[in-house]
This record gives sequence, structure tokens and C-alpha cells, in this order.
Amino acid sequence: MARPDDLDGPWDVVVVGGGNAALCAAITAAEAGARVLILESAPKAMRGGNSRHTRNFRCMHRAPMSVLTDAYGEDEYLDDLMLVTRGKTDEALARMTIRESEDCLPWMEAHGVRFQPSLSGTLSLGRTNAFFLGGGKALVNAYYNTAEDLGVRVAYQAEVTHVGIEAGRFSHVVARIGATERRIEGRAAVLASGGFQADLDWLTRAWGPAAANFLIRGTPYNRGVVLRDMIEQGCETVGDPTQCHAVAIDGRAPKYDGGIVTRLDCVPFSVVVNREARRFYDEGEDVWPKRYAIWGRLVAGQPGQVAYAVIDAKARELFMPSVFPPEQADTVATLGERLGLDGAALAQTVAEFNAACRPGRFHPTEKDGLATDGLTPPKTNWARPLDTPPFYGYQLRPGVTFTYLGLKVSDRAQVQTPQGPLENVWAAGEIMAGSILGEGYLAGFGMTIGTVFGRIAGREAAAHVA
Amino acid sequence: MSPDLHAEARRQIEICNACRYCEGYCAVFPALMRQTVFADGDITQLANLCHNCRGCYYACQYTPPHEFALNLPGILAEVRQDSWERLAWPAPLARRFHESGVALAGALIVGIALIFLALTALRPASGEGFYAYLSHGAMVAIFAPAFLMPLAAIGVALGRYWREVGGGALRLRHLRAALGDAARLRNLGGGQGQGCNFEIEDRFSDRRRRAHQALVLGFLLCFGATSAGTVMHYLMDWPAPYPLLSLPKLLGVPGGMLMVAGAAGLVHLKLRAERELGSARVWGGEIGFILLLGIVAATGLALMAFGGAVWLALHLGAVLSFFLLMPYSKMVHGFYRLAALAADARAREARGSADAAD
Repeated sequence: MARPDDLDGPWDVVVVGGGNAALCAAITAAEAGARVLILESAPKAMRGGNSRHTRNFRCMHRAPMSVLTDAYGEDEYLDDLMLVTRGKTDEALARMTIRESEDCLPWMEAHGVRFQPSLSGTLSLGRTNAFFLGGGKALVNAYYNTAEDLGVRVAYQAEVTHVGIEAGRFSHVVARIGATERRIEGRAAVLASGGFQADLDWLTRAWGPAAANFLIRGTPYNRGVVLRDMIEQGCETVGDPTQCHAVAIDGRAPKYDGGIVTRLDCVPFSVVVNREARRFYDEGEDVWPKRYAIWGRLVAGQPGQVAYAVIDAKARELFMPSVFPPEQADTVATLGERLGLDGAALAQTVAEFNAACRPGRFHPTEKDGLATDGLTPPKTNWARPLDTPPFYGYQLRPGVTFTYLGLKVSDRAQVQTPQGPLENVWAAGEIMAGSILGEGYLAGFGMTIGTVFGRIAGREAAAHVA
Repeated sequence: MSPDLHAEARRQIEICNACRYCEGYCAVFPALMRQTVFADGDITQLANLCHNCRGCYYACQYTPPHEFALNLPGILAEVRQDSWERLAWPAPLARRFHESGVALAGALIVGIALIFLALTALRPASGEGFYAYLSHGAMVAIFAPAFLMPLAAIGVALGRYWREVGGGALRLRHLRAALGDAARLRNLGGGQGQGCNFEIEDRFSDRRRRAHQALVLGFLLCFGATSAGTVMHYLMDWPAPYPLLSLPKLLGVPGGMLMVAGAAGLVHLKLRAERELGSARVWGGEIGFILLLGIVAATGLALMAFGGAVWLALHLGAVLSFFLLMPYSKMVHGFYRLAALAADARAREARGSADAAD
């Protein structure tokens, strides 16, 4: 634990947050000679923000590099981003981020991160995404060790409640450390404290009362305190304040921090119904990696923000196992009752679905065109009748990954106000990701934004105080 | 079989199987990913495949205080330990010695006392070197059964293990693969040779692997020294004592030194490591076992340097208790580990041909 008398500074660079972007900034600044303090609101065991749940890094490369195969050029990368964001991005900023990602990977390796070939079951990402050996928490651990070796000070359970800005200049933060509130002075600040998705009141204001039924997939420590403080002080924002990225996850997941194991990949092989046991959307619209992100919103739009995916024995081995065992029964009606639905109604829905299925070739890993006939809504791929007991059912709920509202930054990560940039405040990671990722999500791109902007912020902050 | 341990291990393994971030660390994760349903025997096999490198613990986002409360190396250590005690004969004896360093020390004292007794009762009329105190015939009469009977007991236990985990038909190539993995301690290498997370939390270190292999190499050299002596005695009619520049000494002296250094290193690392990531219940027994190996080697070196009945009794007593304790102490880990690695090599091969047939 830090000695109270030397924590108050003045520090060269105060980094607010303790995830990937914060650590990249702290390491870069410390290597440039700055005295750096990290203020992480979580306790040590839960440090690292949402980075602890990540697993890979999307990286441009012109030739095979480290664990990445083949090539992944700037234009293809940008096309992928344009597709998921439907154009809601700042193209110049996005291109800069993509180009910088190529330099990041060797830098990450040099600072303790280890990569491994694409995980089994994710072979489609082997060309574009470099996977962390052991996942995001292993990356976070490596960065903390590197930062510690560089003399960076880390204070845990240190929640920054206010960023002191006077006449366009940062002077100090107010932080609650343990039971005491203290003023910590610094010559530059890097804000990397994430979004606001763990603040349920804020989510409820943005989404309405339905948000009370949302599950938060990541850290409970991203409460957006710093983001709100900066907005209240007149900083410019980007991203839709009412939107969050949500996927459909197992409804039995913990309220917070369920992470990867709560995902359910069964939708394309299922009949999905709401709590009235009625279907509401085409489960087979596209392959799951291209559709999982819309299902959070679809389920959020159903009564009670809940849905149920039903499969039969034929589909049991077609997707990654979920951490929670499914409900199981020998008839669809009994399964419905076990799921808390009207069993007869579910049996009716499945019977109608089965009657609309046509013969044809089923192919689980690509769009097979095996579609229902005369059903509303249709299922346009993988539509096989549910006829082989036992039948299995999973409850689905929206799981919030991150929020889009963030601070507007320049290409040098400087935080913007209507009067111009703040002279000595930079932002990196989820708190500014909305500048580039205005909608949707691209696997591994959050870590790319965090790494690129973390390094820029650290470099600029260190240059400012040098 | 302990239903509680297996149920808790199954709960944790199923979470791991839904995550899979750790698949690059060691053989346990690819092995568990080959399955979706885990029978008790499968869990016993995964537990014995785990080398307790702890990489997965420090990389895990679900360790306490997370409500999933994962501690995979901890629960696998408990299951593994349980299997060694359960499958040994007689099992209550195994539990006692596995758990308690004091029980091991007691066994050591008994072993030394027995040798003193033998020295007093069987003192030969003549003989050179240590044969002046105990004849070659008497030594063989004591140590041949004391070595072979525990080996037989271990053989029985391994047979039980192989049936429990459904090991299947073993081929030489599976054993070769297992020995290769063991020689490099591949599963303590962190997947990329960076080592394990044993004594400095989430930082990687290769010290445990090096200390362990020093001990193993030393042990094998000492074993080689004894074998060389046996050959020289029976086939070359050249009984001990041997000069410094003879095979038994050339193998035995560095062997003993490596064993002492390896044991000291392992104790040092174990004192710094987090106990709850292993089987905390047997911590004392594990330390006791490493010390016993160190004592076997150190008394051997002392006997060579100083001679005399006392060092002879201390050394032979230590060797005797070590031999007799083999089936009931940490020593069995080597046998089980090789069995688990061989079973894994076979399972990988079976999976490979299944994939090829698809």
C-alpha cells in the first residue's frame, strides 16, 4: 500500500484507470522518463477493467507476423469496420488507428504480452486477430509487472471522483482511496477509465426501466464517474448517449463480470421464442459471428427482456458448451413448462415451425439456405425441424458489453472542448472509443483502440511534461 | 473416490471448457476440450496431467472474489492427491505419510534404527570400506526386497489408475512421448518455455523446473552409480570401495550434489509459493519428502567423505525409509504423471485419427 504522504504528488502524469489503455499509456510515459501514478478503482484482484475479459487484438499486417497468418491490409480492415459501424466512424481517426495497430503488436510482445495461435473454435479469426496466451488478464498482469519494473506507482481501490481543470489546464484529481478523499496533483492526465455500463441508474435513464433486467458482462467498476465529470465540465462528446453494445447471453449469468463463459452460440440452430412462447426474429439470418451482436437488442425489445432458445438433440454438439447446463425434457411441452413458459403454446409454436421446414442439405458452418416456407418471421438458414428428443432450452437475456458515449479526442488523443483541446489532458480506451466505433462491434478492436491511443496518450503526456 | 472433490472439480472444469483462454498453457486444456461430459475417471486423468504450474490461475478472470471462485490448480491438486491415496495399498498408510512431514521423519528414524540394529547384529568379521560394517550379502538381503516390494505396490496402484481413467491399449510410442514431456517438463514451461507461476505470483519463472530437473538428474545419476557398482561387483568381480575416478563415484558424487541442490531449491520455492493453489493439506508431507531426498543424498556424500558406521547407518537408514515410502509419499507423483502423459498421448492420437476420418 502506498504511503499516504508521497501519493499526493505532484506527479508528472496521473493515469486514471487500470485497464489496457491506462497501462499502455503509463508504460509509454514512464519509458520516456515521466513519474507516473496509476489510479485503479478496482481492488488488485479485480484490476484491469474490461481488458481482463478480452482475448485478442485485431491487427493490420502486410505479411505474416507473430501468430498472424497471411496479410490483413488497411483497406480490408477499414471495410470490416465500416460494415459493423454502418459508417458511424471518423474515417481519418479509424485509418490512423488501423495503421498504428501494426506497430503495436511487436511493442506488446516487447512489454511482456504473449500471443498464441487462434483458439480452437475461432479459426476464422486466425488471420486478423492475435490471441493473448491466457487471455486478457494475463496481458494485464504482464503490463502491471512491466509498469512496476519501470517504477510506475499503482494505487488500487482509488476511485477518481473529480478531474480538476482550471482555465483549460488540468491541475489535480480528487480520488477516494479507501475511506479517505484526497487531492492528488499532476502535470498531465491520461483518462482511461472506461465507459458507464456498470452504472445501472445511468443505463436506466438512457434505456428506460428495461435496463434493470440487463446483465453487465464486464467489470462492475466501469461506472462512468470520470466520463460524467468531464462532460459536466464542458468536454465534447461522441457516440449515441442512449446506446450500448449488448449481446444475448445466458439468462442465468451473474449480474456483473460473467464474461466469455456466459455467451450462447446456439441461436442459429434454435427456435427462439419470447416469454409468450412466440418467435420474433429470423434466427438463421446469417452466421453467428455476424449476428450475435444484434440479439442483445432483439431480446431487450421483448417483454421482460427475456427470450428462450430451444434446440433438439441433433443440435447439441454444434456450438461451444455453455457454462450453465440447459433445461432438458423429452417433449417440447414439458420443456416449455420447465423453462417457465406455457408448454402448450411452445409446443404449438414448434409444431408450426416444424411444418414449415423443407428438406434440404444442412450445413452448420455456412449459410445453407435451408429456409422455412410460409412462416412469419421466417428462418432463412439452418431450419431443421425440432423432432429428436431430448429437447433442450436456454434462457437468453441482454448482456451489456460497453457503452458508446465517450469523450471526443483528436488524433493525438487530446480531449476536446468547444474552446479547443485541453492543454494537458488525454484520453484512451473505452472512454473515447465512440469516436471510432459509433455502432456495432468488431472482435478485438476495443483492444486495438486502447493500445493505439494509450501509447499516443502516454507519449504526448510525457512530451508535455518533459 | 471422493464425490465432493470430483463434483467441485467438474464444476470448475465445465467453466474452463466454456472459456478456453488457457488452452496454450499446458496439456490439461486441450485434453478437457476434447470432451463435453466429464466422468470421474476423466477428472482423475486431468488432475494427474496437471503439473501445478499455476499459469491458468493467475490468468483467470473467475478466481475469487469472483462468484465462480475458480482455483483449478488447487482443486486438481486435491483430486490428484486423493487419487494417489485412494489407489495405493494400504490406503490409510498412504494418507498418513502424504499428509505429515512428522510421520515421514518418524519413518526416517525407524529406518535408521533398523540399520543400526542390523549393523550391531550382522557385523561381519572382515570387509573393506562400508562392507567392514555390513556385508554385501546383508545389504542385498535388506535392500532388494525393500526396493522391489514398493515398486510392485506402485505397479498395482498404476494398474488401478489405468482402469479408472480408461487408459486403453498402451504402445511404446505413447510411453516415449510421455518420457519426452517429462524430460523437458514441458507442462511446467507455460506453453512457450517462459516457465511457471509458482513462487512469484503472476510473474513467470523457470526456477522450479530447473530445481526439479536437478533433483531428477541427480537421482538418476545416483541410480546409475548404484547400477554401475552392481555390475562391477557381480560381473567384474570388483567390489567396493571404488576410487574417485571410477564410474560409481563419477556418477554418484555429482548426482548427490545435484540432488542436494535440487532439494534445497524446491524447498526454498515451496516456502514462497501460495499454499492454497496446491493441496494445502499435504504441504507438510511434501516438504518432508523433499527433505528426505536431500537427506538421502547429503548422508551419501558425507559417508563417502568421512566413512564410518554412523554415516553408513544414517545413509542406509535414509535410503531404506525412502524406498519403503515410495508408494505412500510424493514419490508416486512421477509414476502417475508418466501414466497420465502416456494416456494423454494415446488420447491425442485417437482424436487425431478420428479427425482424419471425418
